[in-house]
Amino acid sequence: MVEWTDFERATIVDIFSKMQYEVVGPAALARCLVVYPWTQRYFGNFGNLYNAAAISGNPMVAKHGTTILHGLDRAVKNMDDIKATYAELSVLHSEKLHVDPDNFKLLSDCLTIVVAAQLGKDFTGEVQAAFQKFLAVVVSALGRQYH
Amino acid sequence: MTCLSAKDKDTVKVFWAKVADKVEEVGSDALSRMLAVYPQTKTYFSHWKDLSPGSAPVNKHGKTVMLGVGQAVACIDDLNAGLLTLSELHAFTLRVDPANFKILSHCLLVVLSIKFPNDFTPEVHVSLDKFLAALSRALSEKYR
Repeated sequence: MVEWTDFERATIVDIFSKMQYEVVGPAALARCLVVYPWTQRYFGNFGNLYNAAAISGNPMVAKHGTTILHGLDRAVKNMDDIKATYAELSVLHSEKLHVDPDNFKLLSDCLTIVVAAQLGKDFTGEVQAAFQKFLAVVVSALGRQYH
Repeated sequence: MTCLSAKDKDTVKVFWAKVADKVEEVGSDALSRMLAVYPQTKTYFSHWKDLSPGSAPVNKHGKTVMLGVGQAVACIDDLNAGLLTLSELHAFTLRVDPANFKILSHCLLVVLSIKFPNDFTPEVHVSLDKFLAALSRALSEKYR
């Protein structure tokens, strides 16, 4: 079981309570597809991903980015058992979507960078540590059911 | 040996020109974040009295590291040659595990994202990420 300090819990709840899902989700996914282009392999049916402008303006990318970010809500609400909360999603990503779990870390790095830009000075080192710890637990839970 | 395109190099040079007058601020913030988010990196600084964000050794060393990155930007066409001395320093004297270059690079990107939210576009991000990876490889050249 993951131990969370009061500061970490409060920080995660705070970040997500102020989250602009329709801005941050699309920006994080688009950034991931641009910075790590091999991740585009999972989005063959998303249409035009030919360059950064196309990716950033792609409505399917935007919609999916928002969906992914909302997927984190469950972890925020169940911080004491993220592993169990994501068991089903882990199976989905492994058996149906066939996503290499290394990609979860790539997306979470992009999400960190986008949230940092949103929060500016408020994204202190301590806040970053809490946020990255949360994402690391999520990433680990999502990779748990792979075999 | 590096796979930086002409476009990558131009992008890095143009963006770094904007960072140039904030090297101490950026360096200090990146280093502070690294020490806070990845506490294992503190093991390299056991000789410092004060590891807190904004302390004198953190500010000084953050600036030193960023000036090193600036040096790499200046020799972007041949990082191995340009960073030879620094590579020998890291290999034989400092002996920093190269995994830490990736960690510091990530913290630097976070700081740049905060300080330059409009300029740090996905295109700039990918060129910088590639550049920092090439820089890290050049710094590890002399390790073994």
